[in-house]
Amino acid sequence: MAKKESTFLNMTLTLFIITAVAAVALGYVYNITKEPIQKAKDKKLKTAINIVVPGADKGTIEIETVKIEGKDLFIYTVSIDDKIIGTAINSFSNNGFGGLVRVMVGFDENGKIIDSDVLEHKETPGLGDKSSKSVSNWNEQFKKMDISIMKDKTLKVSKDGGEVDAITAATITSRAYCDAIQRAWTVYVETIDDNSQQKETTETEIIEENTLETKTVDIVEPNEGGNDNE
Amino acid sequence: MNNLKNFTKGFFRENPVFILLLGLCPTLGVTTSAINGLAMGLATTFVLIGSNVVIALIKGLIPDKVRIPSFIVVIASFVTIIDLVMSAYVPALYESLGLFIPLIVVNCIVLGRAEAFASKNTVFSSLIDGLGMGLGFAFALTLLGGLREILGSIAIFNWKIFEGIARLINPATDYTQPDGILVFVLAPGAFFGLAYLIVLMKKISK
Repeated sequence: MAKKESTFLNMTLTLFIITAVAAVALGYVYNITKEPIQKAKDKKLKTAINIVVPGADKGTIEIETVKIEGKDLFIYTVSIDDKIIGTAINSFSNNGFGGLVRVMVGFDENGKIIDSDVLEHKETPGLGDKSSKSVSNWNEQFKKMDISIMKDKTLKVSKDGGEVDAITAATITSRAYCDAIQRAWTVYVETIDDNSQQKETTETEIIEENTLETKTVDIVEPNEGGNDNE
Repeated sequence: MNNLKNFTKGFFRENPVFILLLGLCPTLGVTTSAINGLAMGLATTFVLIGSNVVIALIKGLIPDKVRIPSFIVVIASFVTIIDLVMSAYVPALYESLGLFIPLIVVNCIVLGRAEAFASKNTVFSSLIDGLGMGLGFAFALTLLGGLREILGSIAIFNWKIFEGIARLINPATDYTQPDGILVFVLAPGAFFGLAYLIVLMKKISK
């Protein structure tokens, strides 16, 4: 077949038609996959919350976003029949061996840790990744810990005078894990205070079963994260 | 060239990874386990078949001077489709392959086959070529992924070998297997593994 000549009109038309067809095809696929993608995301989130607050898959979840040090920290309040059964917090630390570590931690109504697990990390396979439940049972020790009765109300590894046994050969990862939980706890305590003040003036909004809604709250606080880097 | 030859050349004689050394970025990047390698290979196969067929179909309509942009648009569309479909239906796999799915767009195998084969051949032989090359790529990635998984974490397709065997003998055992040779899961292991496989392939194909 003879090729079309490369005149200006020919080239413009061809490229226009090809991109137009591609755009239509992609729009079509996007529409089909939109719902399954959202479902997959919701399911993943619910599964992650369910690990740290058992029963979350049967309850309703209210989402709040807090910005700290330029990163988002998510608070998921889980309730069944209007009774709060726990709060899951998607927290983070910048001090992992490979940078950012995200940890999901659940607190019960007294501020005790229910359970915790790593959501994402770039730690060394075989060493730092032991902080994840799928690899080892190291993070079981955080169950039922109460930060408010600890020395200085801070979670530390035993090397730094705290109560957490660090992962062998991965102290930095263990510190980052503690740092993330500590951050979550600080935010948790703050929101508890906020909520008790709010309740006097406004009624809490009720979110329907199985829907996830997001609102953003900016908490301005002194940057205390700076000294963890040392 | 007959179609059978056309199909099998992707596996040995012109294997994109072992012989042509094309598309090494995903090869080195995602092959930490056999399943990752296989998934990446199959995603690339889909894109290769799609782009080869479409390009062979429209090759007569494209003026020479804009053929590369046209090919890239076609390839990018197929990559975006597989990207959306994977994130919708296999989210776990999609996450572990991460950035490498969108990067199929710039995988030189895909554009290479479009330019060197599909733009000069019939639709059917382009389809066979895409299928052969894609499966050859998937074969290479699975082999490398499997090798790294066996050496690095003593497992294959996420099945822990020692623990699996111990459990077959005694289902109630609480034996936990030792760590593998860690370096094979890390980035340098990809180079070691690939180098040994290329040597092996050269020996076999001689």
